[in-house]
Amino acid sequence: MRVETYGVERRAGDSTMLADVALDAQPGSTVGLLGPNGSGKSTLLRVLAGLDRPQAGRVLLDGADRDSQPRRALARRVAVVTQHTPDDADMSVADVVLLGRIPHRPLLAPPSADDHARAAAALTRAGLDGWEDRRWPTLSGGERQRVAIARALVQEPELLLLDEPTNHLDIRHRFALLAELAAGPITVVAALHDLDLAARYCDHVVLLAGGRVVVAGPPAETLTPARIAQVFGVTAEIVTDAAGRTRVLLSA
Amino acid sequence: MRAPVAVLLPSAGAVLVLSVAASVTIGVADLSVGEVLRTIGAHAGLPLRRLPPLADSIVWDLRMPRVLLAGLVGAGLAVCGAVLQALTRNPLADPYLIGISAGASTGAVAVLVLGAGAGAVALSTGAFTGSVVAFGVTLLLAGRRWTRPARILLAGVATAQLFTALTSLVLVTDASADRTRSTMFWLLGSLTAASWPAVALSAIVGAAALLVCWAAAPALDAFAFGADVAQTLGFSPARVRGLLFTVTALLTAVLVAASGAVGFVGLTVPHAVRLLTGSPHRILLPVSALAGAVLLIWADTAARTLFAPQELPVGVVTALLGVPAFALLLRRHES
Repeated sequence: MRVETYGVERRAGDSTMLADVALDAQPGSTVGLLGPNGSGKSTLLRVLAGLDRPQAGRVLLDGADRDSQPRRALARRVAVVTQHTPDDADMSVADVVLLGRIPHRPLLAPPSADDHARAAAALTRAGLDGWEDRRWPTLSGGERQRVAIARALVQEPELLLLDEPTNHLDIRHRFALLAELAAGPITVVAALHDLDLAARYCDHVVLLAGGRVVVAGPPAETLTPARIAQVFGVTAEIVTDAAGRTRVLLSA
Repeated sequence: MRAPVAVLLPSAGAVLVLSVAASVTIGVADLSVGEVLRTIGAHAGLPLRRLPPLADSIVWDLRMPRVLLAGLVGAGLAVCGAVLQALTRNPLADPYLIGISAGASTGAVAVLVLGAGAGAVALSTGAFTGSVVAFGVTLLLAGRRWTRPARILLAGVATAQLFTALTSLVLVTDASADRTRSTMFWLLGSLTAASWPAVALSAIVGAAALLVCWAAAPALDAFAFGADVAQTLGFSPARVRGLLFTVTALLTAVLVAASGAVGFVGLTVPHAVRLLTGSPHRILLPVSALAGAVLLIWADTAARTLFAPQELPVGVVTALLGVPAFALLLRRHES
């Protein structure tokens, strides 16, 4: 799915959280939203997800206005993983993952055998093979993050919106998740903190500061030491590793 | 440890039917089990000989509607509680959360004191009117974004305070101690006023509300995991909450008008059932309804027989019976 935004503006009270944001994510690409705290990454994701309404601007999904489409039809094409999940939801892991099948089955029907099979497969992909009966409150932060991503994947989206999907994951799962998502056919838009991770796995990055787009483009062209110093206030060295990938080395 | 659905629902249904049958045969009047069942059979159209009019009336006009109303009130309160707990993501939510029962009290007391009529029908009408007015006040206080849980909860607390104050004011200024006593009994919850019309009304409204809530079960599952997730799964938080807050408020108003504010059932039955069934609401709601019905039927049976001929307010019994059972379940869940 292609995602475009034009002139998106979002205010809350007196503060402008997004101003004139343009974005173009090509079908199947992996797009990283980068920027310091308060730069508008999460807000932009919430706008793309339909969780916050922009006061101005348009969000187009495959060329059609986001808000002109029925919610349920949209839920079959767009999945979202936000940063916040409840601590106390007394549900099994299977219950949580099966939530992702709701848009795909008739409203009064129970989850089918096929739904259960898909949930099991998604858990296996998330490295949680056979975890169906674990209770959500007993999981660690990283395990919850993987369950939440499994829940989003059984939704079979064409567009996956992720807010800091890797912040609780250990290094191995971080690489595995992003490598798999980047290689797959789903368009992924993810807010990321880790510049090096973004440089390695994203086709396209959008650097935000103060709610505005500073620069957007392929990581190799956009993540320059000068821009990183300007936006994040840190010194960075950009190198190319033995495999030919752009890497970002940070020094405080 | 969770019971399979195929076993749970039919067995809970069977327990309910047996509870109704058993409860009808228990009472102060000296009637045998056979006599009671024969009376019910005769009224159901079976070719059986009826009992003398007085005994017949005790079974058919007093006990039957009372047992059935107890079941309906228990079922309705449990379902409302389960729905509101998921919708507000607040384990303390119960059907009286948004000022409904406080409004019912004010309405009932106003009817009694203003002398608009002393009968059960006038009392119920007053209580229902009071509930609906209280719900309206809650909505007004909550404002345009009333479907947000924090807003409706805070507005509901304020409304409950307001109507409780009004009730106290009326009671204090009214000199009749007798009337105060009978009102207090009703406020604590009582099924003494049960009648066939009350049963019919509660059954119709209760069935309609249960159907709406059951149809919303997937939405409730999603809301239990957060409104953001529910929205990204295709539900409109404002619409789902608006519909379900209104449906549960109307059902609660009907139930409170029939029986006063019976405590405990709506708060704790859903939690107890959740420990048995897990969270999916398509199972949780019907099992909560059955469990609430069984609990209130037995609580009311105890209320009318334990200290006969003196009756206890049924709310006192629900708490005394329910809390130990709940503690037991909670402990088992932890281990």
